[in-house]
Order: sequence, then C-alpha cells, then structure tokens
Amino acid sequence: MALALQQLINGLTLGAVYGLIAIGYTMVYGIIGMINFAHGDIYMVSAFIAVTGFTLLSAFGVSSVPLAIIVVLVVSVAFTSVYGWAVERTAYRPLRGSTRLAPLISAIGMSIFLQNMVQLTQGARVKPIPPVLVGGFDVLTIDGFTVHLAYSQMLIVLVTVALMLVFTFVINRTSFGRQQRACEQDRTMTALLGINVDRTISFTFMLGAMLAAVAGVLVTVYYGVVDFYIGFVVGIKAFTAAVFGGIGSLPGAMLGGVLIGLIEAFWVAYLAPEYKDVATFSLLILVLMFRPSGLLGRPEVEKV
Amino acid sequence: MGVVVSAQHTPSLAERLKDAASVAFIALLLGIPMLGLTTVDQGGALRVATRWPVLAAFVALCFAGRLIARYAFERWQLGRRSQERTKNRATPSSRRYGVLTNWLGWGCFASALFLPILFSDNRYVVDTATTVLIYVMLGWGLNVVVGLAGLLNLGYAAFYAVGAYAYALLATQFGWGFWQALPVAGALAAGFGLLLGWPTLRLRGDYLAIVTLGFGEIVRVVLVNWTDLSNGPNGIASIPRPTFFGLPFKPGDEATFASFFGIEFSPLHRIHFLYYLILALAMLTNVFVSRLRKLPIGRAWEAIREDEIACKALGINVTQVKLSALAISAMLGGAAGVFFAARQGFISPESFTFNESAIVLAIVVLGGTGSQLGVVLSSLVLVLLPELGRDFADYRMLLFGAAMILIMIWRPGGILAKREPTLRYSALPRDGERP
Repeated sequence: MALALQQLINGLTLGAVYGLIAIGYTMVYGIIGMINFAHGDIYMVSAFIAVTGFTLLSAFGVSSVPLAIIVVLVVSVAFTSVYGWAVERTAYRPLRGSTRLAPLISAIGMSIFLQNMVQLTQGARVKPIPPVLVGGFDVLTIDGFTVHLAYSQMLIVLVTVALMLVFTFVINRTSFGRQQRACEQDRTMTALLGINVDRTISFTFMLGAMLAAVAGVLVTVYYGVVDFYIGFVVGIKAFTAAVFGGIGSLPGAMLGGVLIGLIEAFWVAYLAPEYKDVATFSLLILVLMFRPSGLLGRPEVEKV
Repeated sequence: MGVVVSAQHTPSLAERLKDAASVAFIALLLGIPMLGLTTVDQGGALRVATRWPVLAAFVALCFAGRLIARYAFERWQLGRRSQERTKNRATPSSRRYGVLTNWLGWGCFASALFLPILFSDNRYVVDTATTVLIYVMLGWGLNVVVGLAGLLNLGYAAFYAVGAYAYALLATQFGWGFWQALPVAGALAAGFGLLLGWPTLRLRGDYLAIVTLGFGEIVRVVLVNWTDLSNGPNGIASIPRPTFFGLPFKPGDEATFASFFGIEFSPLHRIHFLYYLILALAMLTNVFVSRLRKLPIGRAWEAIREDEIACKALGINVTQVKLSALAISAMLGGAAGVFFAARQGFISPESFTFNESAIVLAIVVLGGTGSQLGVVLSSLVLVLLPELGRDFADYRMLLFGAAMILIMIWRPGGILAKREPTLRYSALPRDGERP
C-alpha cells in the first residue's frame, strides 16, 4: 500500500515531465502534421543549459535556491526556444509541401545532429551536478515503509500545473492561440484571412521548445545527472504519451504523459524494471493498433 | 534556406548585410550555451569553462557563409528559372542517365571483383571493403521497404540483430554451419518482419516509423536483458567462421582449405573468402531485388509508394503488398546479420543500436531512395570517410545528421534520385499513331 502510494507520487512526477514534452509533439503534429523527431533532443539541450547554468550560478556564489531555479528556468527557456525556432527554420520549413517522409527524415537528421553536436561541444560523459533542491517530508508510514515526498517532486508537479493553466489560457483566449488553432484546422484558409502562417508555426515550435526546456530544467533539478543521450528515450516516451492521449489534443498529451509515467512507475515497482522501456513501446504499438486516435483525439480522415 | 526572391528585386548590399547579421545573431544565441560555455569535470565537481574564440569564429563563419550562400542561391535560382522555361521536366536525357548508371554499376562490380587481387596482401583494404559490402547489402535490403514501398523503417537493426543472433545461437548451441543457418536465420528475420508488420501496417507512414523505432529498441532491450538466451550485454563469443564447402580456414593437417588445395596456409585466405562471400551475397541481393521490381509484386510496391489510395481503388491488397516488402527486407537484413556474426566471431547488443539503423537509413536516403547504385556510392562514402582519420570519425554522425537534412532540402529523393517506375508500358501507341 505504502509502496503503491510512493510509486503514485513518483509516477505523477515522471508523468508531468512526459506531459510537458508531449505537448510539444502534439502541437507540432496538430499544426503541420509531422512528428518533430528532434523534440526530445531539444529537451536534452535544455538540460545541458541547466547544468551549465547551475554550475555558473554556484560559481558566482548564488546560494538562494529559488532564485537559482528561477534564473536557470528563464535562461534555459530563452535559449532553448531559439533552438526550437532554428530547428523549424532550417530543417522543416524548406520542406513544407514536400512528400510526407522528407520532413521526417530531416527530423531524424536533426536529432542525430543535435545529439552529436552536444556530445562534441559538451563532452560524452555523464554530467552530475550537486543536488539543487534537497529535502522533502515524510507523508506517512505504513508497516515500516515511509512514503517520501521530495521538494523537487512538488516543484515539478506545481510548475507543470501552473504551466498547464497558463498554456490553456494562451491557446484558448489569446490572439496567438486563435491563430494557432486556425492554422491547425486549415492553413490555406488561415493564410487567406491575413494571418502569417509561417510565423504562427515558428511560434508553435518555440512554445513547444519552451515547455520542453522547463521539463529539462526540472529533470536536472530532480535527477541531477544529464548526458547527451537522454533526449532519445524520453522523446519516444513523450511521443507515446502524445499518441496515447490522442495526437493533436493538448489535454490528451498531459493525460497521456501522466498515464505513461504511472504505468512506468508501477511497472518498475511490481514487474520487471529492466523491461520498462519495452512496456512503454509495446503500449505504443497496442494503442496504435486498437485506438489510433488515442484517448481524447479525433479520428483522422484520410483525404485524397 | 528557403528565401523567396522575386525576380525583379535584387537586394541591396545593406539588406544583405542586415540579413547576414540577423543570421549571425541567431548563431550567437545558439552558440553561447553550447560552444561558448561548457562544463568540465574538475576534481569531481563541475566547473564552467569558456571558449569565446570558438564562438566568435562560429558566428563569423555564419555571417560570411550566409552572405555567400544567399548570393549564390539567388544566382542559381535565376539561372534555373530561365532554364525551366525552355526545358520540361521529363527530359529525354533520363534514358542516357540510365545507360550511364548502368555502366557505372558494372564498373563498380568489376572493381569489386578484382579488388582482393590488386590488394592481395593488404588485409586492411580487403577488411574495409568487406565492411562496405555489408552496408551495401543492408542498404539494398532496407531499400526494398524505404525506397520501393515508401515505408520508413527506423528499426532495421532489429532484423540485422535477429539474423546475427540466430546464427550465433544455432552455431554455438547446436553446431549448425553457416550455410545451414543462413536460410533459417533469414526466414526467422522475415518472421519478425511479419510479426512487426501485421498489426502495424494499417498505420500511416510516420506512425509506422515510430513503431518500427520502438520495435528496434524492444529487440535490443530484450537482447540486453534476456541473459539466458543472449548472454546479455556480454554478447556471444567464439562464433564459428564459415567454411568453404566444409573446409575450414585454419592451420592444420586434416582437411582444411589450404591442405585440400595443396597450398600453403595463409590467414589471408579467410579474409578473401569472406570478402567474396559477402560480395556474392550482396550481388545475389541485388539481382533478387532487381528481379522482384519487375514482377507484379515489385510494381505494386512502387505503386503504393506513389499513391496508396489509388492502389486500394485498383484492387491491390495493400496490407499484403506492404507485408511482403517488410518481410523480404527483413530477410535480407537477417542474412546480412548472419554474415556479420560469422565474420566478427563475436556479437553483442552494442552492435545493433538505433545508430546502426540510422546509418543504414542514411545510406539509403543519401544515395537516393530506390536507387541500387546510390546505395553503393553512399556506403562507400559513409564507411570510408571515418577510416580517413580519427578526427573525422568523431564528426561522422554529426555530418550524417547535417547531410540528411541538407539532402532532403536539396534533393528530397537522394543524390541519385530516380523516381521513375521500373517498367514503363512502352507498347502504348503515341498520340496520332492510333490505329
């Protein structure tokens, strides 16, 4: 029972991170209908920026934890959104209107490029940083097993909830959100109505990169280790979350992320931990087989 | 970069400089966290190191590169626009192009045939050529799915692994020979292809790509963790080498290759034998695939690549056709895996990561999806370039990635793109010649 509660907490934390990344996949898929394969690597780039940021701040003697986290969040979000923009501009925009596979292949190329760029510039070794946010409190003790809630876990869940609220507001209420949804429905018509479609798509990529950046910083705070390969597996899992929740649907992405996080946490606790990636990928295949439109997605009609 | 240039307006120098400056500014922003700053391990703790000169050089390079590239691009576009008016797309030179690639192909084959004779005592050259041929065979196998049927498979290394492990296990546990194991391993890999394809082929292209990627990872994770079967990350060692009709290549008095033919033993015999073996397997693959392309099934692959809905309307069983492509491609990958295991004598899951799939995909895509010769040329480039130097090997994957993006932008079909159908119904009478 206590173990289940503990894994619930761990799973929610993990799921929040997957959800933040999954939103980037789902938004990009919604607007231009392609899988942004390099999205997981954007998250990895942000984690590296966070490592540099925390190291730099501690070198300057900043000892206030909230200040350090806020500064690193802002800096990382800013730089990572430039990466999101640049990825779209160089690898995807020239291929708009090309065949379906061309942008996917260039996305894989971009993913390989980013991974190796980081490996070459930042080193191939695992980067550990001293724990930024330590401590937590014990929720309850059952049969000698103490359920622990770390402050970093609370931070992740709170930041994610806050971001989701802001994000829902941006998409539903602001002018940019309306443009974004309009582009999703019909790009040509939106362009005819005088909306700069290219700019909207660029903003979408930047927004997705920003959310991935937040995820990257939070994960760095939570785990304290980063390497250039983390984007690959997390990227696929976040994509699985996006598909699971229904690709194109924003609440679906978050729901899918949380579910994937929970499934993974409980799988690790009760079944074979070394096969947790197999579980996620098998789930992806099963979802695509039986419910390709996901939990909250609209079924897609293929047009000639 | 897709800059829209109107024919009338040529940008002034100030505009050009402004444009290049904005690119340089973006480069600066991109470069600061990665090139400008880095963390180094110092006594167990990280310390930030700066590399401002590198960053400055990068930004300057981007500035200059943008100025030059944009100018060149505009000139090229102007030239192309005037050319396009005079020339229609289906150029008559495509026939001559076909003849040229045909000759080039035969040239490649001839030089491959005589390579071990020319470099008979250079073990390194023959070894590298063997590696190139493995990639050629993998490329041709993957080409069936990606180039012909238009399905993106990101988990090709899984089939390669299935073949390699099948041979390794059959040989070490049951004492099977190379030639016995080859068809079995190929069939097993094809079975895995069907297993993957049967539930997922209804999916659209990009979903399928992700599923194949997941499948590739599943196979690798299982190989790492199922220690009873695969010996886990330690891999399987001392896999028997292939024999020449039962004659092994090792020193000794009993029936070995050297003693049977009455020649002196040399370790080079095995190297050369392996080389010719993979050459034969690769050429067999080539002939097999080229033949298939002319059969109804091969034509159906290409038709599905072009328009799936039209194929359904014409009564082609799309699922069956796709499955056949996936199974045949998996079988070829499995056969290449058998050879890989036999040649290395040792395999571990390390050899079958996503990077391996990505390299084979890069070979197919860069060479030109659907082009047999393109696969040969890009395998040559991609395998030989890292051999040139260690420095280069570090940048190999980086350049792969960049090349994949650039080639997609420049020529979405690959360098030797040939998207024409293999067979053309030339018996159709031309306009005005109708009886």
